Amino acid sequence: MATDASVPLHELLQKDDGTLVQNWVDAQINAPSFRSDRISRQEVMDQSRRFVTLLREAVRSGESDIMGPAWIGVRQMLDDLSVGRAQQGFSPSETAAFIFSLKQPVFDRLQAGGTSSEVLSRVGSTNTLLDRLGLYTTEVFQRGREQVIIRQQQELMELSTPVVTLWEGVLALPLIGTLDSARTQVVMENLLQRIVDSGAAIAIIDITGVPTVDTVTAQHLLKTVAAARLMGADCIISGIRPQIAQTIVHLGVELGSVVTKATLADAFGIALKRLGLAVQKPSNAARRREEEGTDGRAAADRGEG
Amino acid sequence: MERIPILKMGEYLLVTIQVDMHDRLAMSLQDDLTSRIVSARAKGVLIDISALEMVDSFIGRMFGDIAAMSRVLDAETVVVGMQPAVAITLVELGLSLPGVRTALNIERGMDLLRGLTAARGRDDAGSA
Repeated sequence: MATDASVPLHELLQKDDGTLVQNWVDAQINAPSFRSDRISRQEVMDQSRRFVTLLREAVRSGESDIMGPAWIGVRQMLDDLSVGRAQQGFSPSETAAFIFSLKQPVFDRLQAGGTSSEVLSRVGSTNTLLDRLGLYTTEVFQRGREQVIIRQQQELMELSTPVVTLWEGVLALPLIGTLDSARTQVVMENLLQRIVDSGAAIAIIDITGVPTVDTVTAQHLLKTVAAARLMGADCIISGIRPQIAQTIVHLGVELGSVVTKATLADAFGIALKRLGLAVQKPSNAARRREEEGTDGRAAADRGEG
Repeated sequence: MERIPILKMGEYLLVTIQVDMHDRLAMSLQDDLTSRIVSARAKGVLIDISALEMVDSFIGRMFGDIAAMSRVLDAETVVVGMQPAVAITLVELGLSLPGVRTALNIERGMDLLRGLTAARGRDDAGSA
């Protein structure tokens, strides 16, 4: 069956060169779905010519399975084309139309000569082949899109859990968005690694941006606090909004010995106090000295200039 | 059989776990440490686990047990240098070791130990 299907197509591709590609390109460009804003005529021409060349080689091998080794060139070309078009913003059907628009010019040629039953079988087998190739482009297209989505998810996950240093020995972890198990894992690992790297003694987890706290989220928070404690760092949870405080109590979540504060500022104050530091206004005399110092420097700069 | 060395530094004992712990090693460490606390009349034990990369629930519980045993023998225990992966594992196993004191590194652990023994010395003096 394989040879029956491919021989007429092979002969056709062998005999005919210029006009088939020409007709195909015309069909693509004149189709209502053609995106002249996204792709140029020259590009379509190049892609079509390359595809026909590769297709001729693949058909000549006589192999009918498009996943076979003889079709590797065609598959690679379609991979590149589909992924490229997915990135250019084509829809799946517009991408598949690249293959499907080849049907009409090929069928026109297959119809010439032979009995009607021969023509029917030729057209039928070529149709199956082109359908498979068309579906293959859609599959690759979909895979390309999925990869984009997965990459974005990962980026989002990493972007959304930054660990910031507030002061020497004080880390803050502003959480934004819902905390699920996967994110908690990333948050926990980031925070613990940063504790090791910076040697911070105090970590503040700010949950101002967490929209809802349920028992699972609370459990995850408590786990993070417990893990940080095991490593020798104290955790403070801050940014608890009034509604969340109510929810926590209604749900009966036991926060145990975890220190909680309403705002990040309060938590930072506690952290400084534990480190034996304090923030204070400079006295009048000190301020004057500082101003004179900067004026003096400014004058010196002017003098040099 | 391999053993974990226990070093004496003044009135404190220093245990550095440099190898992967297995159950028999953990048991012998418990034996050695308790007898050493008594013989050296140690006031504190510092366990450095910064080289430990794998734990199971048995080893996790061992830290809790050692801390409890030391307390009975009148010595404070501080575990220092736990790796993030180890901390996560212990928490996932449900072992948050509430009775064990922890510190980030040896230096901080030593400070903590000194603070603890000093505080206890004051308490003892006060009650006497």
